[in-house]
Amino acid sequence: MTAGQLPRWVDYGLMPALNVAAAFLVSGLVVLLIGENPVEAVKVLVWGSLGRNEGIGFTLFYATNFIFTGLAVAIAFHAGLFNIGGEGQAYLGGLGVALACLALDRYVPWWVTLPFAVLGAAAFGAAWAFIPAILQAKRGSHVVITTIMFNFIAASLMVYLLVNLLSKRGSMQPETRTFESGGRLPLLQDVLPGTDFGSAPVNFSFLLALAACLLVWIVVWRTRLGYEIRTFGANPVAAVYAGISPLRITVVTMLMSGGLAGMMAINEIMGSQHRLLIEFVSGYGFVGIAVALMGRAHPVGIVFAAVLFGMLYQGGAELAFEMPTITRDMIVVIQGLVILFAGALEHMFRPALLRIFGVLAARPAPAA
Amino acid sequence: MSDQLAIELVGVDKRFGQVHANKDIHLKVRKGSIHGIVGENGAGKSTLMSILYGFYHADSGEIRVDGKPVSIPSSQAAIALGIGMVHQHFMLVENFTVLENVILGAEGGALLAGGVSRARAELKRLAADYDLKVDPDALIEDLPVGLQQRVEILKALFRSADILILDEPTGVLTPAEADHLFRILRVLRDEGKTVLLITHKLREIMAVTDEVSVMRRGEIVATRQTSKTSMGELAELMVGRRVLLEVEKGPPQPGRPVLTVENLTVRDTRGVDVVRNVSLEVRAGEIVGIAGVSGNGQSELLEAIAGIRAVTSGIVTVDGTRVDLARAGTDPAAMRGLGLAHVPEDRHRMGLVTRFPECENAILGYHRDPTYGRGPFLDFDRIRNAAKTEIEKYDIRPADCMLKTANFSGGNQQKIVLAREIERDPVILLVGQPTRGVDIGAIEFIHKRIVALRDAGKGVLLVSVELDEIRALADRVLVMFDGQVVGERAPETAESELGLLMAGASGQEAAE
Repeated sequence: MTAGQLPRWVDYGLMPALNVAAAFLVSGLVVLLIGENPVEAVKVLVWGSLGRNEGIGFTLFYATNFIFTGLAVAIAFHAGLFNIGGEGQAYLGGLGVALACLALDRYVPWWVTLPFAVLGAAAFGAAWAFIPAILQAKRGSHVVITTIMFNFIAASLMVYLLVNLLSKRGSMQPETRTFESGGRLPLLQDVLPGTDFGSAPVNFSFLLALAACLLVWIVVWRTRLGYEIRTFGANPVAAVYAGISPLRITVVTMLMSGGLAGMMAINEIMGSQHRLLIEFVSGYGFVGIAVALMGRAHPVGIVFAAVLFGMLYQGGAELAFEMPTITRDMIVVIQGLVILFAGALEHMFRPALLRIFGVLAARPAPAA
Repeated sequence: MSDQLAIELVGVDKRFGQVHANKDIHLKVRKGSIHGIVGENGAGKSTLMSILYGFYHADSGEIRVDGKPVSIPSSQAAIALGIGMVHQHFMLVENFTVLENVILGAEGGALLAGGVSRARAELKRLAADYDLKVDPDALIEDLPVGLQQRVEILKALFRSADILILDEPTGVLTPAEADHLFRILRVLRDEGKTVLLITHKLREIMAVTDEVSVMRRGEIVATRQTSKTSMGELAELMVGRRVLLEVEKGPPQPGRPVLTVENLTVRDTRGVDVVRNVSLEVRAGEIVGIAGVSGNGQSELLEAIAGIRAVTSGIVTVDGTRVDLARAGTDPAAMRGLGLAHVPEDRHRMGLVTRFPECENAILGYHRDPTYGRGPFLDFDRIRNAAKTEIEKYDIRPADCMLKTANFSGGNQQKIVLAREIERDPVILLVGQPTRGVDIGAIEFIHKRIVALRDAGKGVLLVSVELDEIRALADRVLVMFDGQVVGERAPETAESELGLLMAGASGQEAAE
């Protein structure tokens, strides 16, 4: 084993687990500081998110959002691109979903609307990523900056559209009319016989999210395009040597990334809200970054990370309800800590682990 | 020149992992002299200077400045000892003025005003004393490189350097600017400063130094008084008489031309022509070697032919198909499609994705080939099988196509690249530095493969800074200097003659 290398299970299993543990440890201290029992708090959080069918349903509902936004960030990662614009791309994706639903919901069943909604979500999300992509590829404007700015443009644009063009006649609410049954996805419990998630909004999009995971895996690891994306991300000079066009890869990858982020709107708009409304993305796009980091940009890891963040969202809501001193803001603090440890401080334990495993690996050597 | 020593190195030794960059270096630099250090790229000159300037720490050995043993843990410590360095790539803030750059890091307090006026006075004095005139209020980005370099020298003198290290200072200068630099260096010496001049250009050594040390493969092989040596002797010392690598090969049987290059010119981002109007021809069944000290345009030439680097002009004909490189733009995939294979000089930077498993590198550049899968998909069973065949044929060890490429040794990594490029049965193979950082066993193997390719009636264009390698492999030798092909010789030509051509002597000078 050469320096800087860890066994795969450590890299993909132990290290994320340690990161989460550290985040919870610090969170526990915060809970202690405000005078509550951290053990009790964890119990409420876990019970609230996994203890009951309805809790599980909510957890999976949130996880669906995170899977899409996490995959979006992950696929861009593989090309060495940092797409921070999931928020705006998902927002625009909502517009695509809503337009498809508004046009079709009165005439056809949901499964006819769905392909159009998916297309709309992906196309609008991708379109919103296209301009930053082309600016990066042609002018060298960094996507981190441009995608962030595009989040703000998306927010303003959507407010304008919802207030001035899409809102119901005679209504002051910045939202569209509610979709008819042709624009509503069935609940997961109605699709999968034998499941029961109570009143939780987890719906057909969860299966769509799992399918997206499989698709991303195939694209990234089993196609020529994915090979080019990974080559470009790992060594851009070698990519040019191999005849891979940086422009093409940057644009194509960002389109896929934006499209995946846009798909998140299927779950929220068509699966739960049944109307397009203002600020429905509410941070899912940003959390996708942490999900992708924690899931090591691999679909399987992303599913696990998404479920963890789903637990935090659902369990956190329960916690705010059960322990009034732990306010909604406190929950955000805990989520922030997880993002901090799993995302920003992702490699904090790496040197220590390297030492430990380096020693373990070196031990048999003297005997040889 | 006094007998006092400004710098003395005693047994300085430095390793980077496998690479022994400096071996037991003993060096004496007299106070008030210009001391040249000459050697090929990779001979260890820069490492040695980095040790002197506190960037690296020697594994063992002693450094003495003005006779006293010192330790130099950082560049601040070096500056405190009166050692100043002018780097090959300038360390200047482009959008600052000359004055601001000079005081950067030596502002002399939290408020600028005092330091600025002091610096202004000091600059005036230095300009008068050493003929180092630069407008202190000019922006760096507006200055030509020659003046930018002067600012670097001023920076060092402002920090009261008595010993000045210049690393390849003329690389970016025009001949007139270089002459002016040498005048400045002589003035500095006459004022009692000590100058260490690192270069691979023998002409400069002869022109300006008092003494010269030759480095080769991490060692100082000789130190001479410049007046008592010649370019020929230095060239021979520099290139060395290494054990000649025996490569069995019969006489070449050149056929039709498979690669023709006409009037190729490459301009780099600084606006310097790094390849100048190069024309050459490689025939089927011959190996054409390009000899030259690295940095004279060979790398850029290879990359331009391979379609990786943009050119200002140039037409390349591969196996009868003409490509106007200036018009076609960079398209390595198209060049590959014509039957041109390319083993790049730097396998880590360009030839491999070291993070990938071996089998994924075995298809780099050929990943669109229909044999590796249907439509948009890659069939990894086939890829692995193809990789396994190459591993067997090229004796790549360990024989594990799923192992991360970074975990193979240098020689085996090079075999991975070579196998990939040769097994595609190209018409013409471009090879850059085929055996750099490769162990002796692998070198022999790689040489055999290249000769076998030639004997199979393919053309090979070989670039190497190892003169031995060129002489052992090539059927014709082209020498490149300063972006131009300055001569063609038979591989049997004396090393000293080739060495002189490589060092920029004219053909006549070299033949004498």
